Amino acid sequence: MTDRIKNLREQSLNAVNCISAERALLVTELYQSGVDQEVSVPVMRALTLEHILKHKHLCINEGELIVGERGPAPKACPTYPEITVHSLEDLDILDSRKKVSFKVDGQTRKIYKEKIIPFWSGKSNRDRIMQAMDQDWKDGYKAGIFTEFQEQRAPGHTVAGEKIWQKGMLDLIEEIRDTRSAIKWDTDPDAKAKSEELKAMEIAAKAIILFANRYAEALEELDKKEIRNSKLEIQKSEIADLARICRQVPAYAPQTFHEALQHYWFIHLGVITELNPWDSFNPGRLDQHLYPFYRREIDTGTLTKECAIELLQSFWIKFNNHPAPPKIGVTALESNTYTDFSLINLGGVKSDGSDGVNELTFLILDVIEEMRLVQPSSMVQVSRKNPDSLIERSLRITKTGLGQPSYFNTDAIIEELVRQGKDIVDARNGGASGCVEAGAFGTEAYILSGYFNLSKILEITLHNGFDPRTQKQIGPASGNPASFSSFGKLMKAYQQQLNHFIDIKIKGNNAIHSIIAESMPAPFLSLIIDDCISKGIDYNAGGARYNTTYIQGVGLGSITDSLTALKYHVFDKKTISMKGFLEALEMNFRDYDEFRVELIYHTPKYGNDEDYADDQAKHVFEMFFEAVDGHPTSIGGVHRINMLPTTSHIYFGSVIGALPDGRKAKQPLSEGISPFQGADTKGPTAVLNSAAKIDHLKTGGTLLNQKFSPDFFEGEEATGKLTALIRSYFRMNGHHIQFNVVSAETLKDAQKHPEKYRDLIVRVAGYSDYFNDLGEDLQNEIIRRTEQG
Amino acid sequence: MIKGLIFDIKRFAVHDGPGIRTTIFFKGCPLSCGWCHNPESRSTDPQPSVKHLAMDGKLFEQEEVTGKEMTVDELLHEVERDRIFFEESGGGVTLSGGEPLHQPDFCTSLLKTLKENELHTALDTTGYASAKEIARVSPYTDLFLFDLKIMDDKEHMKYTGVSNKIILDNLRTLQEKGKEIIIRFPVIPGITDTPSNISSMIDFLSPFHHFTISPFEVHLLPYHAAAKNKYHRFRMEDKMESGIEVTKDRLMELKALFEKTGFRIKVGG
Repeated sequence: MTDRIKNLREQSLNAVNCISAERALLVTELYQSGVDQEVSVPVMRALTLEHILKHKHLCINEGELIVGERGPAPKACPTYPEITVHSLEDLDILDSRKKVSFKVDGQTRKIYKEKIIPFWSGKSNRDRIMQAMDQDWKDGYKAGIFTEFQEQRAPGHTVAGEKIWQKGMLDLIEEIRDTRSAIKWDTDPDAKAKSEELKAMEIAAKAIILFANRYAEALEELDKKEIRNSKLEIQKSEIADLARICRQVPAYAPQTFHEALQHYWFIHLGVITELNPWDSFNPGRLDQHLYPFYRREIDTGTLTKECAIELLQSFWIKFNNHPAPPKIGVTALESNTYTDFSLINLGGVKSDGSDGVNELTFLILDVIEEMRLVQPSSMVQVSRKNPDSLIERSLRITKTGLGQPSYFNTDAIIEELVRQGKDIVDARNGGASGCVEAGAFGTEAYILSGYFNLSKILEITLHNGFDPRTQKQIGPASGNPASFSSFGKLMKAYQQQLNHFIDIKIKGNNAIHSIIAESMPAPFLSLIIDDCISKGIDYNAGGARYNTTYIQGVGLGSITDSLTALKYHVFDKKTISMKGFLEALEMNFRDYDEFRVELIYHTPKYGNDEDYADDQAKHVFEMFFEAVDGHPTSIGGVHRINMLPTTSHIYFGSVIGALPDGRKAKQPLSEGISPFQGADTKGPTAVLNSAAKIDHLKTGGTLLNQKFSPDFFEGEEATGKLTALIRSYFRMNGHHIQFNVVSAETLKDAQKHPEKYRDLIVRVAGYSDYFNDLGEDLQNEIIRRTEQG
Repeated sequence: MIKGLIFDIKRFAVHDGPGIRTTIFFKGCPLSCGWCHNPESRSTDPQPSVKHLAMDGKLFEQEEVTGKEMTVDELLHEVERDRIFFEESGGGVTLSGGEPLHQPDFCTSLLKTLKENELHTALDTTGYASAKEIARVSPYTDLFLFDLKIMDDKEHMKYTGVSNKIILDNLRTLQEKGKEIIIRFPVIPGITDTPSNISSMIDFLSPFHHFTISPFEVHLLPYHAAAKNKYHRFRMEDKMESGIEVTKDRLMELKALFEKTGFRIKVGG
C-alpha cells in the first residue's frame, strides 16, 4: 500500500459519521421557492438534483485520485426530507446512541428545527405512504409480520450495466432528444408524461456534467494555488490531470482506466444524491467492465499494474466514505448499519456465456485483501466455466476473517433470471447485489419491498388469527389449533394466514409503487437503467426493461423447526397434546425445562439433512412462493420471492413469543436459509444438503451462512476441500454461501476491548460489518455462531 | 441380513483420507492403547452412558447408548447423501473405529458394496487382523490408513495389550502387493516418540520407498487429551498422565527426521 493510500484509508477509517443538513437545506430551499407549482413532478425532481449539485460544497481530499463526496466531507451523511423527516428526537438518538451513531451538531439541529421539520412535516413520502395504507396493512406492519422498505428510502435496488462504461452523458442526452422528438402527440395518451419525464432526464444528465465541471474548476484553482516545490511536483501534475478528467467524464464516454473509475464515481454520486435508494447502487461486474480499459492501457504502456492498483484503492476508499443514510425512529433494529450494500461482482460469465475471469479479477481480489474495508462489499460469481483458482484465491481472503468475498452461483442466478422471463444475455450480464439479490444489471428494477416474518404467521395461526403481542385479531379465524386432527390441518390453517398477510402486503406494495411513481420519480437513475430513456418512463414508474418487486422471507430454520416440533410431538409421537404444547409456549417454557430439552436436543431439526424436518422447509417455501410469485405490480412488474434477512431476524424475533422449536420469547430467529443457531449438528455437508432441498431457482436469492473457526483453514488441503464444498452446493443449485471465519475468543475479547479491534470485520448476513458497530445481541449471536463452528 | 455395530458416522471428515469423506466408526477393538481418543470404541457391546446437555446454563442428564446395529444398506444410504461432495473433492468413505476388521465379515461386505457403488474406500486399521482377513478386504480397499505405533514387541504389548508381529507382517504384505498405504503414527510423548522407536520405525519403513513412485506418506498424529471426559463418562480408567502434550517444536523435529529419509509427512492427518 502506498503512503497516499495509507493516509486516505486512515482518514476514511477515522472520519466520524455525522449528519449533514446541506442536502436537506438545499432541497427545502428549492421547494420553498414555489418552483414545484410551475413544473411537472419529474422536472421538479431533476431541478432538485441540479440545485444540489450546483450549490453543494465540494470536497477534495488530499492525495485522492478519484474525487467527489456526497456530503461536504467523508462520512458526512445527507438526509432526504422529501422521503422521510428526522425529528429532533431522532437526531438526538442518532447523536447519542452507542452503536452506529451519527454526530449531529447544534447548527444542524437548529436548521432542522427551524427549516426542515416545519416545511416537510406531513409532506414527506413516508407521510404519503402511511396515510394511504389501510387498517389491515397497519395492523400487520405493527404486529411485525412484515416491514416496508420504501417507508424510509427510495426504491432503487439496481446495478449499473455495460452501457455506462461506453457512453457519456452527452450520448444519453442525444438519445433522450431522439425519443422526445419521436413522441406521437396525436396518438399517444401518455405523450405529455413522457415528454416531461424525458425533459427531466436531460436536466439530470446536464446536472451531473455541471457537477463534474465544478470539480474541474476547483481542481484548476487548486493547481494554480499550490506553491511549486519538489515535494508537491507529482501531486501537481496529478491535480491538473484530475481536472482534465473531470472535464472529460461523465460528459463523454471514458477513454482510460482512470477516467472509467471517475466516470462511474460521478454516476454513483448522482444516484445516491438524487434519492436514498435501497440498496446502494454499485458498478456490478467491475472486472469485466474495466478490463477493456485496463488491457488497452497496459498494452500501450500508458498504465502500469501498480497505478491500476492505486487507482482501484482510491476508488475503494470513496465507497467507504459513504455510510448508509440513517433511519428515523427509536427502533432501528430492522437494519442498523453504516454499510450501504454496494456489492462488487467479480468472475462469472461474459454475455456470450464464456468464462468471465480475467487478470483484473485477481488484481481486484488483491485490492480487497489489502484494503480490508467494510465498503464496498465484494463477492465472486462462480460458474462451472470458471477455474478453481478463482475460488482458491478468494478463500485465502475469506480465511483472514474479512468476511469477504462471498460466493455466488452464476449458473443458478442465470437460471433464476431466465425463469422470470428474462433474455439469456441480460441474465448473463446480471449478478447479485445488496445482500444476495439476483438482478439483470443495467436493465432491471428489482425492488425489495419488505421482510416477511414466516414464524410470526405460525404464532398468529396458533392463536386463531389473534396477535398476542398487540392484543388484536388481525388474521382470519383459521380454526382452534387444539381441534386440528392432523398436521395437514395445521398446515392448511398456516397457509390461510400466510395468504391473508401476503395479500395485504402485495396490496400495500402496489399502492406504494403508485405513490412513488407519481410523486418521487428518479430521472437520474432512469438515465442509467435501460429502457427508461427509450420508453420515456421513469425507473420508479416501470421504465426499466424488467420490473420485479421482492418480498423477502425470513427465518426458514425457525419456522421449519417449529412446524416439525408440532408434527413430531403432537401428531406423530403424541408426547404432548396441542393444548399442552400451547400452554408451554404461553408460559415461555417456565416449568417446562424437561420438555424444552426434548425440543432442543431430541426433535428433528432443519440443517441435518433429515427429510422429516426438511420437508417442512420445502412445504413452507412452496407456500410462500405460490402466495407471492407472479402477482403483478401496479407499475407493470411482477412480485417474486427471495430468502434473506439482513438483520431483520432479530427484530422479527423480538415480536414473537416462545416458539415450538424451543426458542424463548423475543429471541432472534434463524437467519436466511441457515439452520437455527446450533440446530445443525451433522456438519456442513448436511447443512448444504438441507438448504439445497428448497428450489433456489424459484427465488431471486437465498442466503446461507456457514461458519468455520479459523483453524479449519490451516493446512494445504483445506482450501481444496472448501472449494469442493462450494462447487458441490452450487451443483445442487445453491444460490449463495458465505463463510464466517473468526474465533469466539477473539470476538469475546473484542466485546471487552472494542478499542483493540477497530478493524475487526465479521460477516453479518449477506454483508460484512465492523464488529464494534453491531448491537450487543447481534454480537452475542455471532459469538454463539462461532462457538458452534 | 448381516449387521455391524457402529458407534458413529461423521460427515465432512476432512482428516481421514483424500477429499471430503464420511467416516464410519466400528465398535470393538482388540487393542487397548492408553492414549485412545475413542475409548468407547473398545467394547464390542453397546454401552449406556449419561450425557450432560446444557440449556440456559443448567445441565440436564440424558441416558444414551453408544453403539447401534446397522446393515450395509443403511450405511450405504447414509454415505450416498454426500456423494456429490465426494465427487467434487475426490473423497469417499473411510471405515474407522475401533477396529473395522474386528467385525471382518461385515467390514468386507460393506467395503465390497461401497466399491460396487463406485465410491472411494479407505480403511483406518490397527493392522491387527489375520492375514486372511486382510487379504479378503484388500481388493475393495483403495487406501489403507495403517496405524503404526511401537516397533518393539514388548513395548507394544505393554501399551496396547497385543503383539505387533502380525501387524508388521500385514503391513509388509500389503506393501508388497502394491496397495496404497498411508502410515498413521500417534505421537505420544514418552511412549511412541522415543528416539529408539522413531529410528526403528524409519528403518522398518525405509525399504517401502522401493515400491512407490511418489514418496511414502506418514501422518503424525499428536496426542491430545480431548478424550479425558469420555473416559470419565464411560467409567473407564484413563491411563494417561494429565498435562502431557506434544510441543509444536517436537513435532517439527520429528517431521524433519522423517523427511530426511525421504518420507512425505503431514501433521494431523
